[in-house]
Amino acid sequence: MRGRYRILLGMAAGVGKTYRMLQEGQGAFSEGRDVAIGYLEPHDRPETAVLANGLEEVPRLRTEHGGVELNEMDVDAVIRRAPELALIDELAHTNAPGMRNEKRYQDIDEVLDAGIDVISTVNIQHLESLNDAIAELTEVRVRETFPDRILEEADEVVLVDLTAEALQERLRAGKIYSKERAEVALQNFFRVDKLSALRELALREVAEGVGARRQSLVLDPLSQQAVAERVLALVTPEPRSQRILRRAWRSAERLGAQLDALWVRRQGRELSDEEQVSLAALRRLAIVLGAHFLEEEGDDLVATVRHVVYDRGTTYVLVGTPDESRRREVLHGSLVSALVRELPGVDIRVVANRADRPERVP
Amino acid sequence: MSGLDVALLVAVAALSAALAVSLLRRRPPRRLAVPKTARRILVPFSGSLDQTVLEAAIRIARAEDAVLVPAYLLIVPLQYGEDSPLRDQVKVAMPVLEAVEHAALRAGVPVDARIEKGRTLTHALSRLWDVEPFDRIVAPAPVDGHEGFTEKELAWLLLHAPTETLVLKPMPSGPPSRLHSAA
Repeated sequence: MRGRYRILLGMAAGVGKTYRMLQEGQGAFSEGRDVAIGYLEPHDRPETAVLANGLEEVPRLRTEHGGVELNEMDVDAVIRRAPELALIDELAHTNAPGMRNEKRYQDIDEVLDAGIDVISTVNIQHLESLNDAIAELTEVRVRETFPDRILEEADEVVLVDLTAEALQERLRAGKIYSKERAEVALQNFFRVDKLSALRELALREVAEGVGARRQSLVLDPLSQQAVAERVLALVTPEPRSQRILRRAWRSAERLGAQLDALWVRRQGRELSDEEQVSLAALRRLAIVLGAHFLEEEGDDLVATVRHVVYDRGTTYVLVGTPDESRRREVLHGSLVSALVRELPGVDIRVVANRADRPERVP
Repeated sequence: MSGLDVALLVAVAALSAALAVSLLRRRPPRRLAVPKTARRILVPFSGSLDQTVLEAAIRIARAEDAVLVPAYLLIVPLQYGEDSPLRDQVKVAMPVLEAVEHAALRAGVPVDARIEKGRTLTHALSRLWDVEPFDRIVAPAPVDGHEGFTEKELAWLLLHAPTETLVLKPMPSGPPSRLHSAA
């Protein structure tokens, strides 16, 4: 029978994942379980080292690469030792060249297959699907990633949480890095805004994993940008907007995003009977789709959209094929170009009518 | 002025004129023009729509210069509020509705599609015609084992519909050709 897999997830180095892993290992050991350390990342943190005392560590595999001696987990030795519970740090780690597996999570897979329970650790920035978002947020491209399925397949994912300020305190106290390195880190990766956004990402990942719903989480704008996609469909009271809203819903579904529909009404504009019917139908469709229907008054469409986009944290705007004459496009500029120009960092998608495509020749 | 200068002037003038014409020319209209007074033909359905019924509805709409209003009807389970989002049902409805819309647009018929909900199919239908005007209703008749309106629902429809109603029987023989969701 495959072993149970418990992953301790953190927002960044220093939150105490390894410490927690060892605490849990000690707890299991004191309850009489057979516990062994498969691999402990040597962080040079005295508190952590003390906590490892009394737990058997499976000897590591020594290898050399480019004149440097490297230590890796000896998967075969762990499986031979066959403890009930193995503690294996840093699952996203890339093994030295020449090892059987490229990644440590693959090693862990073999250990689990041997029927051994595993507790492992990882930081949220290593999650493959968040790689781009994290790179944008932290300006650091993480090379060591692990596939999302690892979290999905784990029996438990536990968030090791710490506030951004508390983590900074630990950093200043030299509990994570040396004083010199800590100073540099505080100016870069370990800034409060970045840590807060990473923390939100970690919280969200765990919350979604357990199907929990956070009803009213108040995020700062940076965190909002980091954690969630939000789709905005620009609609007008006319039949084709039904299609735009439906297409936007499908995009939102794929992105796991919230959906807003926006109609910018010219000031003082009176609606015809047909437009009133269309508008009411759009509102009803928005209800069925679980979208938020917004109505804003303004003479400058692009400015109004920009205001709503930044207000709602929109990342994705869908607009119908504009009905502009070439003369208007030349004299006043095209709507799509204006949206691209005025909404930097926001994806713009033009929803076409599929029936306009030329017939495929058989 | 030499002959070369004249030729150059003529060429520049011709180029300018061509540029002006291309800038001022309107693009061909992308959307199907819908007259304000266009008739509206409602085609309510749920689950799937028989190809024969759809084609007939499209033919009628084209003959009458009408707007086709295919309406996918959803049932809100009693344990949910009437205004609850119906994500799972919409996932099934969406591809069918898009296929119907696509077929009509391809045939040159303007479309104004709807997704409507109610406690029952007839409830959803009455909610729709309570708020929107229709000139004709084209409803698919039930065929054994197929989804859609039951005989009882069709009887209700014929009795309560606010406008002329046409019940179309799907193709009786051969494998049924139906627009439905792969979901």
